[in-house]
Amino acid sequence: MDSAVLSQFRSIIGDDQVLDSAEDLSVYAYDGTATLRVAPACVLLPETVQQVAAIMTVAHSQRLPVITRGSGTGLAGGAVPVEGGIVLCLVRMDRIIEVDEANLAMVVEPGVITQRVADAAAAAGLFYPPDPGSIKISTIGGNVANNSGGLRGLKYGVTRDYVMALQVVLADGQILNTGTKCVKDVAGFTLKDLFIGSEGTLGVITSINLKLIPPPAAKQTMIAHFESMTDAARTVSEIIRHKIIPCTLEFLDRVTIGCVEEYVAIGLPLDVEALLLIEVDGHPAEVAEQAAEIERLAGEHGAREVRRAHSEEEATRLASARRTAFSALARLAPTVVLEDVTVPRSELARMVSHIAQVSERYGVKIGTFGHMGDGNLHPTFLTDERDAREMGRVEQAMREVFEFAVELGGTITGEHGVGLAKKPFLPAAIGPVAMDITRRLKADFDPEGILNPGKIFD
Amino acid sequence: MSGTAEKGGGNLLRSLDYSVLQQCMHCGMCLPACPTYVETLRERSSPRGRIAMMRAIADGDLETSRVFAEEMYFCLGCLACQTACPAGVDYATLIEQSRAQVEASGVLDRGQRRLVRTLLLRWVFTSRRRIKLLAKALYLFQRSGLRRVVRASGLLWLLPAKLRDLEPLTPEIQSTFTRRLYEQRYRSLNPTSPRFRVGVLSGCVQDIAFSHVNADTIAVLQVNGCEVILPEAQQCCGSLHAHNGDLASARDLARANIDAFSTEEGGVDAIIVNAGGCGSHLRHYDRLLADDVEYAGRAAAWSQKVRDICEFLVEIDFRPPPASPDADVLRVTYHESCHLKHGQGVSAQPRRILESIPGVELTELAEADWCCGSAGIYNITQPEMSMKLLDRKMGHIGDIRPQVVATGNPGCVIQIEHGLRLKGLSARVQHPVSLLAAAYERSRVEAAQRDFSPESLIVEGS
Ligand SMILES: Cc1cc2nc3c(=O)[nH]c(=O)nc-3n(C[C@H](O)[C@H](O)[C@H](O)COP(=O)(O)OP(=O)(O)OC[C@H]3O[C@@H](n4cnc5c(N)ncnc54)[C@H](O)[C@@H]3O)c2cc1C
Ligand code: SF4
Ligand code: SF4
Repeated sequence: MDSAVLSQFRSIIGDDQVLDSAEDLSVYAYDGTATLRVAPACVLLPETVQQVAAIMTVAHSQRLPVITRGSGTGLAGGAVPVEGGIVLCLVRMDRIIEVDEANLAMVVEPGVITQRVADAAAAAGLFYPPDPGSIKISTIGGNVANNSGGLRGLKYGVTRDYVMALQVVLADGQILNTGTKCVKDVAGFTLKDLFIGSEGTLGVITSINLKLIPPPAAKQTMIAHFESMTDAARTVSEIIRHKIIPCTLEFLDRVTIGCVEEYVAIGLPLDVEALLLIEVDGHPAEVAEQAAEIERLAGEHGAREVRRAHSEEEATRLASARRTAFSALARLAPTVVLEDVTVPRSELARMVSHIAQVSERYGVKIGTFGHMGDGNLHPTFLTDERDAREMGRVEQAMREVFEFAVELGGTITGEHGVGLAKKPFLPAAIGPVAMDITRRLKADFDPEGILNPGKIFD
Repeated sequence: MSGTAEKGGGNLLRSLDYSVLQQCMHCGMCLPACPTYVETLRERSSPRGRIAMMRAIADGDLETSRVFAEEMYFCLGCLACQTACPAGVDYATLIEQSRAQVEASGVLDRGQRRLVRTLLLRWVFTSRRRIKLLAKALYLFQRSGLRRVVRASGLLWLLPAKLRDLEPLTPEIQSTFTRRLYEQRYRSLNPTSPRFRVGVLSGCVQDIAFSHVNADTIAVLQVNGCEVILPEAQQCCGSLHAHNGDLASARDLARANIDAFSTEEGGVDAIIVNAGGCGSHLRHYDRLLADDVEYAGRAAAWSQKVRDICEFLVEIDFRPPPASPDADVLRVTYHESCHLKHGQGVSAQPRRILESIPGVELTELAEADWCCGSAGIYNITQPEMSMKLLDRKMGHIGDIRPQVVATGNPGCVIQIEHGLRLKGLSARVQHPVSLLAAAYERSRVEAAQRDFSPESLIVEGS
């Protein structure tokens, strides 16, 4: 990178927050996505919005690509740099500015770890529901940029449902404030919504006003064991059809159960085909009633056993076991490529059996888990990136899974975003009109094309 | 690239089974568990970043540079990442191999460093005789009044800052080491028809500075029906060497220890360790000697037998003591040694033991398993980060103000005692087995008093 530009950056954020050694560049070359690796030209770690704005002004005038980064746990390659690009890593912007108990809101900087948001809300007797599997390390900025979901999405929605206002530094360094603390606000377009899920392509989010809610009074966690995947899928559809909305309705298949148990050793059954992790919450009487109803439905649809968590601690252990599913699958293969397909919930059984067929037909091992209540599945391909032939089969198998999901009226990504990984499949999924509008919006916000170029679309 | 070297030609990281490196799928789940990442927020100081650099070196994309070398020693080796990693990454092997690679490449070589390394790793810590000799000298310095004179005279200011700060971290050397205690008192107390026959590793630091912990270990084992042997020919466990890139010496010491414990007639049912750091390393003799045709099999059998003292006691269903160690209620908290928790997975057992002791009121320490900054010789090599971690630990201890901080590793004892002194906190630091031994001892004395009390005599006489 041009040394004059580097010294400009140094004067903005200080010498030690500008990294450009070969070692440093090599460790910002990846995010949580398998096989993608491109080293940037430098890494900047700003601490204030003014610094971010000053950096963007320089980058804009020099037409330098900027890749905004949180903790780099994204699974679609969104934070993977481009050659010659600047990684703008926001983990040092990690202050909780305010917990506003009167307005049930919280103002945070983008680098705050999601778990800290949840803890700070809980400390004030409030509740921040979105809880991605990566909650202990993902940043709230990354969550907003990817509109991340979590284990509680079924009842409580996703990150988008909790963003009241944003501060965003635009491509040319201007600072935009959009949204207010008000529950009702129709002054002009709801611009904030454009940035939620924009994956760093429209602006750099520098402050977030989050909505909080009162916590449920009671909850009950259960695990149901199934000898067939279709029984599990059917049980999910039945629960929803009976107008019960559990806060969590998660699914693990046999392969995944084995890996997770190896990691956490909490006594998961190893001889079942599928396992549902179910949590209901709310008023104590309602919780008791729903738990009993779910037990009945599961039993009627082939559950071998339904076990209730006996304590809060056990419930937490079960949920955190589920959170680690993806990483735990890496015990079985050097490379794990995961998918994020989502289908209407009534089609879950068909999707699940299609994945099994694909696995057999292409001879690739697949472990599947996911947010079954949302219809969001994560078929995870277990492979080795050094085996080019197998990787070829994996790619074909993945394409088939996508295409089938779209055929069922589903989508190619439920929560991880498009980034690089799903880019080729986007046009087919959203159609030409939506693609055209997307491109026009991008051109308007970022005429020089410096914000996370090459992500989502070309 | 400037300042890089690949002396000796070899690339030890390349010789490593690639699947060990590839196991890391860079998900980042270990980052919040890593003390150096949490303090710096730098990817290269995170487990994921370190593994990425190792892999880049194995792939030939990065050289074994000074920056890499320094990062490998900035890592605490606490293995918190290994516990946190869902993918089962074997970080212990990776960091050992990387440090060996650093030493083979010579990028950190400077006259003084090499001299100190050779002296300590190759000369002092490969011979128990020399360790004891050095300890005796230190003992004389500490007890003869010379230390007081030196401290008062301000002579310490002549030393470089690093060494000067080190002085308060030198542990008090005991007048009697383990072997003598064993011969004088414990050998004769071995049960006549034992439930188990166990060998105790006396360690280096534990032996010279905490021989009373070894004595307590032997005592509690005997109370629980174990015959305890203390093999004469045992050596330093070699963890210091393995963690500092000297795998050759580490292997020599491992072979010597395997020999020392197996020549004991009849062998042993278990090899008992009371220092988290040593135990973690001893368990991995199998890995260390995997390529040694002669020793691989014996090393595997050895690793199966190694037990931390608390783990072993719980396993054999130890006798809960009837009496409390102290006249008053003792407010105790437990700090987890990294290599006990992350290196050996021993976490619930020491707490079980503490909870079994009457009069002990156990309060959980916040972040109990966060490294205290001792980390082998880390507090010497990286004083700044070490102090940050010590401050963090002291903050949590200060919040609950216990009377005793219990912990199962001598390095942690020294470091935490140092922290308590700095902060003016009055707690004492003890190994859980020392509290247990004290409780057994008081139970014994009380029982003896009951048996010989005047009342019992009257009852008998009437
Ligand atoms: C084990 C595991 C489990 C996971 N579970 C879930 C899950 O249950 N649900 C789910 O939805 N996701 C999940 N994820 C994916 C990932 O954790 C989320 O996408 C998360 O929100 C990413 O946060 P991050 O801070 O790591 O962002 P990064 O990966 O650093 O960045 C993600 C994207 O956001 C952009 N970005 C980051 N910060 C900003 C900002 N301040 N302004 C503008 N753009 C920004 C980046 O450019 C990039 O495109 C999981 C990942 C792992 C490894
Ligand atoms: S070491 Fe484990 S937890 Fe950390 S990034 Fe690698 S796979 Fe993930
Ligand atoms: S051993 Fe400790 S300091 Fe080193 S990478 Fe792992 S967690 Fe971090």
